[in-house]
Amino acid sequence: MDFLNYAFMQRALLAAVLVGITAPAVGIYLVQRRQALMGDGIGHVAMTGVGLGFLLSTSPVWMATAVSVLGAIVMELIRWYGRTRGDIALAMLFYGGMAGGVMLINLAPGGSNANLMSYLFGSLSTVSESDVTAICLLAAFVLLVTLGLRRQLFAVSQDEEFARVTGLPVRALNLLTAITAAVTVTVAMRVVGLLLVSALMVVPVAAAQQLSRSFAATFAIAVAIGVTVTIGGTITSYYQYVPPGATIVLLTIAAFIALSVLATPLARRRARAAAARRPAGDPAECAIPATRGAADEVGV
Amino acid sequence: MSGEPVIALRGVTAELGSRPVLRGIDLTVHRGEVVALLGANGSGKSTAIRTIIGQVPASGGEIALFGTPRRTFRDWSRIGYVPQRTTAAGGVPATVTEVVSAGRLSRTRFGLFRKADHAAVRHALGLVGMADRAKDSVEALSGGQHQRVLIARALVAEPELLIMDEPMAGVDLASQEILAQTLREQVERGITVLLVLHELGPLEPLIDRAVVLRDGCVLHDGPPPRALGQHALPGHDHVHPHDEHTPLRTGLLS
Ligand SMILES: Nc1ncnc2c1ncn2[C@@H]1O[C@H](COP(=O)(O)OP(=O)(O)OP(=O)(O)O)[C@@H](O)[C@H]1O
Ligand SMILES: [Mg+2]
Repeated sequence: MDFLNYAFMQRALLAAVLVGITAPAVGIYLVQRRQALMGDGIGHVAMTGVGLGFLLSTSPVWMATAVSVLGAIVMELIRWYGRTRGDIALAMLFYGGMAGGVMLINLAPGGSNANLMSYLFGSLSTVSESDVTAICLLAAFVLLVTLGLRRQLFAVSQDEEFARVTGLPVRALNLLTAITAAVTVTVAMRVVGLLLVSALMVVPVAAAQQLSRSFAATFAIAVAIGVTVTIGGTITSYYQYVPPGATIVLLTIAAFIALSVLATPLARRRARAAAARRPAGDPAECAIPATRGAADEVGV
Repeated sequence: MSGEPVIALRGVTAELGSRPVLRGIDLTVHRGEVVALLGANGSGKSTAIRTIIGQVPASGGEIALFGTPRRTFRDWSRIGYVPQRTTAAGGVPATVTEVVSAGRLSRTRFGLFRKADHAAVRHALGLVGMADRAKDSVEALSGGQHQRVLIARALVAEPELLIMDEPMAGVDLASQEILAQTLREQVERGITVLLVLHELGPLEPLIDRAVVLRDGCVLHDGPPPRALGQHALPGHDHVHPHDEHTPLRTGLLS
């Protein structure tokens, strides 16, 4: 456990844990409303923010937050108003954001694509004191929203039309989800990188679904997986000198595969337990009586 | 029938994708009434319902709920809604209890559940005969069971007005009887109901009035097309082919 003696590793682990909690916490609502790739889109848009941060020599984290929140709001607006060519508009936004980032960072004094790389794929060892402060504040916001409003967000993500009739401010909640997702992207940016953010939002949720039947359990398991893989990936990268972002994402996928394999016998055991609960004389297999009763007669 | 109007539509028009779907609907539902909205596929029944709840914007006319213009209406806990749907499952598993609990939000403050709210969820599941499936995932339910869960979700807020779009779709006859009984108890307690149906079925004795739509216009507003003559006799068994109903229905309405 010697890595705990290094300040940079302490910062890296703190950032990793916060990402492990927040990314699946937001991701579950995106998966529920079948917008699993929204995080990916926001990640692309955030690159313009990073570029802008370099160009104006302000903090790339806060700049990326501002730009990706703006991008998320535009995406929600496109979803409301853009009936037909919505997907085309989104594509413009994504790739415009990505190209804008590359362009801006090359315009910045002393900027190069090498700087961009650390944001694209994460760079845990360079997480600074001010980065940690920003990550902590942003993560607190994300947790406040995803836990505090879980019933409301669940209702809106499950059935928007019904949620409207329960009087929930559907548009405001949709917007809040989009903003929270954008904030999460920038929280995770330093850890797994903008191009891999979405994996940490979606894959732990998909993995948790293999075991759970309820939303609450899926939430809890997904966060547990998220924390496990981010800590595991960070420590692995310390000892093995492999890129942490990629390690974390590969571990998450491994968790998904392991749980999928595990799920089949688990489901079988559940089914057996359910069969055991069935009252005697109600066998699992159909028993066809030797003689047909009057009740079986089918009139035509 | 003399109660105050709970739903009042006057000259309501609506477009979907720049195509006129509602072309001037007048519809009033009074307190305590049970009104069936009938009509062929595509006649605009669901659109009418979705205009009432505000999911589809009305391009003209006036809508009032409980005497308040819909735009300023905020008292949503008075309304229970069952959308027309085959499944309402999201991308993440959810239990029957979790889905029904969403219907209770309008009765809570900031979504905080108290003991009474949890009790209401259990009670609503009991009403539709799904109490034993409370912990099951909604994805593991049959279509009819799913529909019963959606009805429980509408009932859990203890609404004064129930709006249901084809609540009996895919529900077997035995369960329809259970739901009809549930609805009868609610109606006796004074609830108002507007529901879309294709056939009246076990609900027939409950229905006070039928409104028939065709191509986005009200074709008929009056007594329901009851089964007449020998059909009304108790013990009459329906052995005749079904299309015998059709001329009867249109004959009554034309
Ligand atoms: N999203 C949409 N965009 C364009 N037109 C639509 C849309 N939804 C429905 N329509 C059209 O509006 C008309 C009315 O549809 P609506 O769903 O209200 O019918 P309905 O009476 O509920 O039919 P059903 O019995 O099949 O449920 C139909 O002709 C349909 O083609
Ligand atoms: Mg319909």
